Amino acid sequence: MAQIFHRSANALSKSSLVIVVLLAGAVFGGLFLFQRSPYITYAGVRRTQPVPFSHQHHVAGLGLDCRYCHTAVEVSAVAGIPPVKTCMNCHSQIWTNAPMLEPVRDSFRTGKPLIWSRANDLPDFVYFNHSIHLNKGVGCNTCHGPVDQMPLMYNESSLQMEWCLNCHRNPEQFLQPRDQVFNMRYRQPTSAKPVTVDGTAYTDQAELGRALVTKYHLRSERDITSCSTCHR
Amino acid sequence: MMMDPETKKQREDVCPGKKLELATVQAELAKVQGPEYWRSLEELAGSSEFREMMHREFPKGASEWVDAVSRRGFLRLMGASMALAGMTACTRQPVEPIVPYAKQPEEIIPGRPLFFATAMTLGGCAQPLLVESHMGRPTKAEGNPEHPAGLAGSDIFAQASLLDMYDPDRAQHPALLGDTRSWKAFSDAIRGPLASQKAVGGEGLRLLTPPVSSPTLADQLRALLQMFPKAKWHQYSPLHRDAVLGGAQMAFGQPVETQYRLEGADVVLSLDADFLAPTFPGALRLTRDFVARRNPDAAMNRLYVVETAPSPTGAKADHRLPLRAAEVEKFARALASALGISAGASTLSGEEAKWLATVVQELQAHHGASVVICGEHQPAAVHALAHAINERLGNAGRTVIYTETVHASPVDQTNSLRELVADMRAGKVEMLFILGGNPVYDAPADLDFASALKDSKIPVTVYHGLYENETAQLCPWFTHDAHYLEAWSDGRACDGTISVVQPLIAPLYEGRSVHELLAMMMGQGGVTGYEIVRDYWQKQNKAGDFEAAWRRALHDGFMAGTAYAPQAVTVKAANFGAAAADDSGLELNFRRDPCVLDGSLANNGWLQELPKPMSKMTWDNPAWIGPGMAQRLGLKSEDVVELELNGKKVRNAVWVQAGHADNAVTVFLGYGRRRAGRAGSGAGFDVYPLRTSDAPWRASGVKLSKTGDTYKLASTQGYQTIDTEVGAKPVMRAGSLEEYKQHPEFAQEMVEAPTPGLTLYPNVNYGKDPNFNALGYAWGMAIDQNSCVGCNACMVACVSENNIAVVGKEQVVRGRHMHWIRVDAYYQGDRANPSAYFQPVPCMQCENAPCELVCPVGATTHSTEGLNDMVYNRCIGTRYCSNNCPYKVRRFNFLLFQDFETPQLKMMRNPDVSVRSRGVMEKCTYCVQRINQARIESEKDDREIRDGEIQTACQQACPAGAIIFGNVNDKNSKVAKLKAQARNYSMLADLNTRPRTTYLAEVRNPNPELAG
Repeated sequence: MAQIFHRSANALSKSSLVIVVLLAGAVFGGLFLFQRSPYITYAGVRRTQPVPFSHQHHVAGLGLDCRYCHTAVEVSAVAGIPPVKTCMNCHSQIWTNAPMLEPVRDSFRTGKPLIWSRANDLPDFVYFNHSIHLNKGVGCNTCHGPVDQMPLMYNESSLQMEWCLNCHRNPEQFLQPRDQVFNMRYRQPTSAKPVTVDGTAYTDQAELGRALVTKYHLRSERDITSCSTCHR
Repeated sequence: MMMDPETKKQREDVCPGKKLELATVQAELAKVQGPEYWRSLEELAGSSEFREMMHREFPKGASEWVDAVSRRGFLRLMGASMALAGMTACTRQPVEPIVPYAKQPEEIIPGRPLFFATAMTLGGCAQPLLVESHMGRPTKAEGNPEHPAGLAGSDIFAQASLLDMYDPDRAQHPALLGDTRSWKAFSDAIRGPLASQKAVGGEGLRLLTPPVSSPTLADQLRALLQMFPKAKWHQYSPLHRDAVLGGAQMAFGQPVETQYRLEGADVVLSLDADFLAPTFPGALRLTRDFVARRNPDAAMNRLYVVETAPSPTGAKADHRLPLRAAEVEKFARALASALGISAGASTLSGEEAKWLATVVQELQAHHGASVVICGEHQPAAVHALAHAINERLGNAGRTVIYTETVHASPVDQTNSLRELVADMRAGKVEMLFILGGNPVYDAPADLDFASALKDSKIPVTVYHGLYENETAQLCPWFTHDAHYLEAWSDGRACDGTISVVQPLIAPLYEGRSVHELLAMMMGQGGVTGYEIVRDYWQKQNKAGDFEAAWRRALHDGFMAGTAYAPQAVTVKAANFGAAAADDSGLELNFRRDPCVLDGSLANNGWLQELPKPMSKMTWDNPAWIGPGMAQRLGLKSEDVVELELNGKKVRNAVWVQAGHADNAVTVFLGYGRRRAGRAGSGAGFDVYPLRTSDAPWRASGVKLSKTGDTYKLASTQGYQTIDTEVGAKPVMRAGSLEEYKQHPEFAQEMVEAPTPGLTLYPNVNYGKDPNFNALGYAWGMAIDQNSCVGCNACMVACVSENNIAVVGKEQVVRGRHMHWIRVDAYYQGDRANPSAYFQPVPCMQCENAPCELVCPVGATTHSTEGLNDMVYNRCIGTRYCSNNCPYKVRRFNFLLFQDFETPQLKMMRNPDVSVRSRGVMEKCTYCVQRINQARIESEKDDREIRDGEIQTACQQACPAGAIIFGNVNDKNSKVAKLKAQARNYSMLADLNTRPRTTYLAEVRNPNPELAG
């Protein structure tokens, strides 16, 4: 009986072993990447909003403080989205006829709220609290990124649990002095630009972070990685 | 998937609902030594069925898919499950909108709740409340701790009122003959007839209301009667207190309200008065004052209870005497005679006579420091006797005070309704306004209100209420009321203190309050409820700054100093009537249902699913009989019987209740509603057809006959029984004061707890440690069983706080109810008259938690502060944890029990707690959302959490202060001090679970004369 398979089939069968492994790896790797891709996390995806509000213009350009609009951020779990009344504080005086602002004026006239699209959206089983993070020296830009450079709002980070844990396990890598948390231009200390806290100039984030962990009474890593810290 | 009949039968055979013949119970009892404390008669007998059930985590049927499923449906379900099995973590979040205010109210901070003081009126008494509001949605009711009546804590009705407000079955628009109409159409329709009534002085105008305690409403009614001088105002509620007021009238010649001051009472005698149940007027204060005197280390009071049907008060008694209601009257007369009051001759037999003699002796020995409380089910003569006895014992003015009545214009309500029905039948009524209540369902059967309404052809009949119920069906016009959380009103608490009822939300369906309806009738169109209430109080405020006083009243939730002053009254009566002739016929007792009352709360799923204090029955109202009678008649629980009285017949299931008086049946009102809504319609049996105006609470000569049918009852009594070996030390521990004095550690020493280090797993130290538990909190709870009166307020508070689902009767039968805290009722001793104890059981938060070790996905883990965390989003539903939990406190979502669709219910939920879906385990978290909130606030202020700053929902609701939560590492905290007491013991300590929840053993104070 003649051979069914040609000799070259040996090479194929050998290489198939490798291919299967590679394929399996590619599938898992693909899923791994897919799960972390902006398609799932929306990271960097600009949202369509009823009014194309520019944080870049208002924060970097005009120098508004975050808390002018996000009034609840220091006292509540949520930062708070401003009512159109806040917009109208200025826009009843300037750009009063800009067509772009018509939805704002309309909302103010009718009392019907604007419906925004949530850019930084955590799952409903996660209970994040803004006020305590600010209190412990986690700055706005640590999680939200360079908001002052965003003409249209998007979420900078994946907001996935591994990303949260990255900081909850090593908070000293990210902490800033409390008086800098609203500073969008704050940069971690370098030898060229040290950061001074209580008279000590720090040139290294690790050193500064350790000092702040003590100064702000951060709870232990085991404490803040307990499940009920965020899930209940 | 279909179950063959044989399997089904087998399953039913071992289901805990399976009831045993009493003969079997006795036979089993003779064979085995039963447990000392037992929860159901089946457990007492130690039947093999019961043991099988006890060894299981859930009852046998619980994990089976018993609903019929089509092949196609099954494939679809399985296909979807397979496809989704590995992909659950990869779901893409939907894009969510944010809707901020256009103009944000000043005081609202998004994400933080606001609290408003208001009050809930139930049965004519206002209960002051603080209601939590999240972004304009009321989400939780709590007691108002600043109220002068000391109403810290609340009751099941206040807690559950939230669900009423969001009930999707509430009426949503006015209607004419069932068709939707506008409010304008209604006001147009009544304008003409009212004008013609006005011309004749309102001769044909009648109003029927429940009793009124609102000063504003009383004033409006007076104004209306001035406008229509010949009109009549009738009052009726099936839970009327005619006998109470009649008794006061008989004794003092004027209707006065009786209030009890238990803080000064060394000896308390209850004559069928369930004064620790939330249905008793002023029960919250009575509970608090009563338990304050139950501390075995201070002067402990002694409670004697004479009663027919076992009640929470009877369960707390040091001595309890089960008597038929008619015999309670005989007992009262004998007691009065023994104290020298001429009350007609009355003789008691051996055991009862001894009991009486002891009570008399005790009462006389505590002159001025005792109290006799008479239940509202007793006739007026017994109330009058109780007043005379209290006066004779020097209690009047000390432990008993008399005040004005809380109700405005109190009348004999039965007579009031009788007059109305007579007028209706005589054709004198041309316009009838029924403002609340439900007389078609609950009026006395002999008055036949329904046919009077149908036959009398009244030209204009209007029913105003929250629901289009049985009465609404027979009234052409229906107008929808506003819930108390939606409308302005006011009311008096049981001590007379005035509260303003402040709404927390605009009416969901544009309902209008009674105030607004009356204003409409008086032609004051357009006036709002706020204006009516405010104007009334402005008129009352002759001197001083009204605005400031009004603001103060709204802020505090009450008007300070408006409690009634005690009145000096003396007993004038010399004749208390004669004792009823001896009657050996079967006695029928009517009682309000402990959960749904007269039926007005029947559509409240939280109350329907709440196990009733003694029988742990849910969703039904079986008739209670005692074990002796059950044995004589060959009846067992779940048999259906027919009750016949005066030619009227009703069917009802039977429940054999240990401790029920012999030769008597107790039936419960409030069930068998025909038009209640999705939860209440069709549940249970309607017993109103047997209730007549001359015998509202007890009737004699009822005929009981067996029908041979059975009816499935959903009692949770046998479920979640803790699996202990025969002869093992009980999980429920109690002793007498004498035992306690001699041996304070009696409860702790019953079981030898293993030494703390004795475990194969790493030993965790929960002390303060910068690398582990940095803040040094260790949360724990102590539950004082001496204080617990079994009122269930903790259970409903937990349901409300933690978004716990209602599962329905079918699911309760299968043991799938979801309560995170349960109140176990234990019985001890003779079935005919056992002692009873309550033991609330939340998650024990074990330090060596058996559940954590078996979870394959780490969905339940320990926090550094010692909490046993449950992570819903990790849980895959293996149920290993509940299988390994010796306390059986874990609850599993066998089906999708939560309603994710109904918009009203979405608004009701606590936004700080996840809403659990199908296939997820859940359990008590010690209200971790409250702990986290308090921790965050304290860290921001750079301070420690103060003792008492965190209250769990159950603790906050408890009127008795039986549940104390706090940091056990702080030796000065209240909880640590309680745990250091000699009475403190851990449940199942021998398993070395080291529970954080511990109990203080119950100590009773029996009279040595009656002991043994």
